Amino acid sequence: MHIVVCIKQVPDSAQIRVHPVTNTIMRQGVPAIVNPYDLFSLEEALRLKDLHGGRVTAITMGPPQAEAALRKCISFGADDAILVTDRAFAGADTLATSFALASAIGQINKTHAVDMVFAGKQTIDGDTAQVGPGIAKRMNLQLLTYVSKVDALDLTTRTIQVQRRAEGGVEVLTTQLPCLITMLEGTNEMRFATMENMFRAARYQIQVWDRVTAGIEDVTRIGLKGSPTVVSKVFAPQAKTVRAEIIQTEGDEPRDLTLTLVAKLFTQHPKLGETIVRRAA
Amino acid sequence: MNADKAPPRKAGKGKFELDERLKAYQGVWVFIEHERGNVHPVSWELLGEGRKLADKLGVALSGVVLAAPGLAARRFCEEAFFHGADNCYLMEDAVLSSYRNQPFTKGLTDLVNTYQPEILLLGATTQGRDLAGSVATTLKTGLTADCTELNIDMENRSMAASRPTFGGSLLCTILTLNFRPQMATVRPRVMAMPDRDSARRGTIIEHPLGLIETEIVTKVLQYIPDDQQDKPQLPFADIIVSGGRGLKNADNFQLIWDLAMVLGAEVGASRPVVQAGWVELERQVGQSGKTVRPKLYIAAGISGAVQHRVGMEGSDVIIAINTDPNAPIFDFATYGIVGNAMTILPALTQAFKQQLAVAKMAS
Amino acid sequence: MATKFDAIVVGAGPSGNAAAYTLAKSGLKVLQIERGEYPGSKNVQGAILYSDALEKIIPDFREDAPLERHIIEQRLWVLDDESFIGSHYRSDSFNKPPYNRYTIIRAQFDKWFSQKVQQAGALLICETTVSDLLMDGDRVVGVQTDRLGGSVYADVVILADGVNSILARKAGFRPELRPGDVALAVKEIHFLPQEVVESRFNISGDAGVVIEMVGKITKGMMGTGFLYTNKESLTIGVGCMLSDFKKQKCSPNQLLEDMKAHPSIRPLMEGGEMKEYAAHLIPEGGYNAIPKIYGDGWMIVGDAGMFVNAAHREGSNLAMTSGRLAAETVIELAAAKKAFTTKNLALYRNKLDASFVMKDLKKYRNMPQIFHRNPQFFTTYPELLNKAAHTMLTVDGVDKKTKEKQVRNSFKQKRSLFGLMGDAYKMWRAFE
Repeated sequence: MHIVVCIKQVPDSAQIRVHPVTNTIMRQGVPAIVNPYDLFSLEEALRLKDLHGGRVTAITMGPPQAEAALRKCISFGADDAILVTDRAFAGADTLATSFALASAIGQINKTHAVDMVFAGKQTIDGDTAQVGPGIAKRMNLQLLTYVSKVDALDLTTRTIQVQRRAEGGVEVLTTQLPCLITMLEGTNEMRFATMENMFRAARYQIQVWDRVTAGIEDVTRIGLKGSPTVVSKVFAPQAKTVRAEIIQTEGDEPRDLTLTLVAKLFTQHPKLGETIVRRAA
Repeated sequence: MNADKAPPRKAGKGKFELDERLKAYQGVWVFIEHERGNVHPVSWELLGEGRKLADKLGVALSGVVLAAPGLAARRFCEEAFFHGADNCYLMEDAVLSSYRNQPFTKGLTDLVNTYQPEILLLGATTQGRDLAGSVATTLKTGLTADCTELNIDMENRSMAASRPTFGGSLLCTILTLNFRPQMATVRPRVMAMPDRDSARRGTIIEHPLGLIETEIVTKVLQYIPDDQQDKPQLPFADIIVSGGRGLKNADNFQLIWDLAMVLGAEVGASRPVVQAGWVELERQVGQSGKTVRPKLYIAAGISGAVQHRVGMEGSDVIIAINTDPNAPIFDFATYGIVGNAMTILPALTQAFKQQLAVAKMAS
Repeated sequence: MATKFDAIVVGAGPSGNAAAYTLAKSGLKVLQIERGEYPGSKNVQGAILYSDALEKIIPDFREDAPLERHIIEQRLWVLDDESFIGSHYRSDSFNKPPYNRYTIIRAQFDKWFSQKVQQAGALLICETTVSDLLMDGDRVVGVQTDRLGGSVYADVVILADGVNSILARKAGFRPELRPGDVALAVKEIHFLPQEVVESRFNISGDAGVVIEMVGKITKGMMGTGFLYTNKESLTIGVGCMLSDFKKQKCSPNQLLEDMKAHPSIRPLMEGGEMKEYAAHLIPEGGYNAIPKIYGDGWMIVGDAGMFVNAAHREGSNLAMTSGRLAAETVIELAAAKKAFTTKNLALYRNKLDASFVMKDLKKYRNMPQIFHRNPQFFTTYPELLNKAAHTMLTVDGVDKKTKEKQVRNSFKQKRSLFGLMGDAYKMWRAFE
C-alpha cells in the first residue's frame, strides 16, 4: 500500500503572544510549522500503514524552507519526503497549486503506484480547503472530505468505508480506491515521535524536485500564470467611523459602570431590551 | 490561495478586455444546498447577496437545485423564488437524492457549461466546500473561499471578493479576471438573510444529469444523526456572551457562563480560549470558527483582532470589556468598558439582574 | 536500538553550539539534543555578540552570520527619577573592521549558529527533553530522553542546558537554584524605521550604540537596565535579583514599563512598535555560585555553570568560550586515547582558569554580595550624583564654593563620613 500525504508549511499564527502588561498581541518571530490540519491526515495515513503495511510519502509544494516541515513528517514516521520547489510556482493560487501537486503525485505514481492521497482539510493561512478537491479532480480520485473516521480498508477489493461529517449528523460512505481523503480536525492525535524516527529525520535526505522532475511541462498552468484569481489589493479592515461609546463614571466603579451601561442599552435599544426581557423570562 | 505571495496587480488599470468567448457568460447563480429535505439557510443568505450583484450587473439571479425527483425539489425552487431568484435550474435524478461529490460535480459543471453564468456562489459548508473545489478545478476557473464581502467592480464587470489574509490581520480583495464563472464560497451568517416574499414567482429550467447509479463509485450506506441535546447553536443565537484570553484562566471563564445564564444567552469564545481547552470547538467565534449575527454580542477579555472580528462584526449591538483602551475591539463595538473582565462581568451580571427584576415588576 | 556517539551535547544555545561545532569539526560523532522546538526558542539575551569569542570558533563568521549593528558607542547612565548622569565612550576605531562587538537578534543568530553546527556534521534533534543522565555507578555514560527508545550513549556528555539546568541538579552536580543567585530579566524589542534609529542615536551605516543603565530604575533592587540599537529596532530591558523581586513583591514587567516612561528614555522609544517580549533568568551568583563543572564522563558549560560576568553584563562570550574549551578538552583527551575520568577532565578546569572566563569571574567574586547588601548604590548614590550634577550645572547666582560645599554636605548627610568611607571600600572590594 502506498499513501501520499500532501502537507503545507505555514506561519504559526496561533503562537501569537500577548504582552503581560499592555495585552498587545505580538507576531514577531513567529515560527513556521506543519499546517495543523495536515497532521490529522498524516496521522490517519500512518495508522493505516501500521495496520496494512506499506509506505507513506509526504509531499509539499513550497519554498526551500518547507524542508523543515517535511522533516517533521519523517520524524512522525513517513518513509519518504519530496519537496516540490521552483521559482515558477511563485504566486500560485489553489488551482495552480493543485495542478503542480497532481503532476508531482502523477510522477510518483509512475514508479510506485499510489493507492490513496491524504490532504489537510484546509490551511490556517489560506483557509480555502480547495487544493485537496482540486488534486482529486485532476487525478480522478474519489473525493472524501471531512472524514471523521476510516472504518475499514480492504486492499484486495480496493474498497474503503469512512464516516463523513454532514450538517446534522454523520454519513457512512463507501468507495473505491484510489481516493483522496481530508480528515476532520480532532479525529486523532499525532503520535509522539520515537527516538529512532527523530534520528532518521535528522539524517534523511529530502528529495527536491523542480517543475521538470515533477512532470510539469506547461508553465502556463503553474505559478502566477496558472492562477485565475488575482489579489487586487490588501488593506486593513475599515475603522468604523464611530468608535465605541466608552462608559465612564466618577470613580469608574464596576457597579456604577455596569448599571450605567445597562441603563443606556435599554434606553437606546428598546427592541433589544424587549428581546432580553423575553429571553430571560 | 497564496494571497501573501501574489503581488497586488492593479485590476482595471488600463482597459481590461474580457476574452470574447467569456462575454457570453451572464447571470448570477447560487447553489441551493439541501440535506434531508431542508435547505441550508446559507443558500438564502447568498440569494440575498446575489440579488444585489445581479441588480448591479443588470442580469438575472438564478438558483441551482440538484435533487431527487419529487415535490421537495420543486419546493426548493419555490423557496428560491421567494428569496429573490428570477429562475431556477433544476436537475432531478434519483442518484442525486443524497449529496455525493461525483454526480453533483458533473451535474453542476454541465449546467455551467450549458447556461454559462458569470458568477457562481456556494455556501462554505462541508457540502459546499467539497463541491466548490471540484467544480472550480473541472471548469479551470477561479474560486475564492470564505469571502466576507462581495462587490462588483463596474469598471470591468468583475466580482470583487474580499476575505481575511496574512493570518487574519488584514483583508484582501480577489478578482477572477479572465476566467468564467467567477466562483466564491461564503460562510453561513456572514451575509444577511433576505426578506421572504411568498408572492414572488420564477421560471424553472430543467436539465438532465446524464449519470446512472452504476457509474457512481461512492455509495452512501447510512446516515447517523447527531444527538441534538445540549449542542451549542451559536450561528442563530440572539444573544451571545463571549470570552477571550483576557480572562486569564479556565476558572474565570465561569463568569461568562454566569452572565449568559442570566441573559438566556449562548456562550462563545475566541480561538485561543478554545485551543486552551476552556470550552468546546463548537463555541469558537471567528475566521476559523463560527460566524454569528446576534442582536447582542458581549465580548469580555477579547482584543478584537481581525480573526475574531470577522466572525461577529455583523452583530447588532456589541459590548466590549477590555483592560486595554487601545484594543481594536473598541474601534467597532457599540459600547465599551475599559476594565478588568473579572470585576466587570460579575457587576454586569448583577446590573442585568436588577434591570430584569425591574422589568418583571413593571409587567 | 541503543545508539552510541562520541559526545552528546545537551542544549543548543551558544555554549552548546560552541561545543557541538568544535567537536564535530574535529571529526567526532556528536549528537546535540535541544528541548525547544528549534535552537534558540528557549534562549533569551540582550543581545550582544562578542566577536573575540566567536572568532575563536568560527573565524569567518562575519561572512554570513546575521548581525545587526557593530557597536561604536557605549553609554553608562546612572539614573534618578527624572534625570541621569553618565559617561559615553565613542570611538572611531570601533568603527573600523573587524568589529569587536555587535548587537544581534537571538532568534536569527541561533538559527544561523545551529545551521553551522549541523553543516559541521553534528546530528541535531529538537523538541526532545533529556530527562536523566544514564549512569554506570558514578560515571555518566549517556542520556535518557522523553521519547520512546530514547536512551543514547556517549563517551562524554556536555551539559549546556541553561541557567536552570535540571539535569545538573538531578545528578547532584549543583544545588537547587537560589533566588539570590539569579536575576530575572525582561526585555522588549520595539520596531522603528532605520532612519529614525540612526538619527536618534547619531549613527549611520551599520554602527550601533549600547546604553547600560543603573539607578532608580530598579527601585532599590540590585539590577541593571539596558537599551541596544538594532538595524530597525531597539531592544530595551531590565533585570534584578530574583530574591529582590520576591522581597519587594514587584513585577519585572511593571519595572520595565516605568523605565520606558523615564523622561530620558521615553523620547528614544517614541513611535516604536513593540513586537517581541521575552523574559529569562540570568546567573548572577558569580564565582562563588559556580558548581562542580566536570566529573566522570561529564562537563558543564554556559549558564548551567553560572558563567556570567554580571559586572560587565557578559554572558554569551563566557558561554561560547566554555563550550569551546570543553570541546577542546574532549578532543585532546580523545587524541591521547585517554578516558574521560574526573582526573583527566580537570584539564577543562585548567583551561577555564587560564582564560578570561575564570579570571574575570574571580575578580568580581565579591560583587554580588556587596551590591546586594548595599542598596544605597542603586538608590542613594544615583540620587546624590544626579543632584550634585544638577547643583553644579545650575547657574543661579550662588557662588561655586558654596555649591561645592552643598554637594559635599549632601553626601555626608546622607551617608555620613564613616558611611562614605565604607562605601568606597566596598566599591574597591567589589571591583578588585
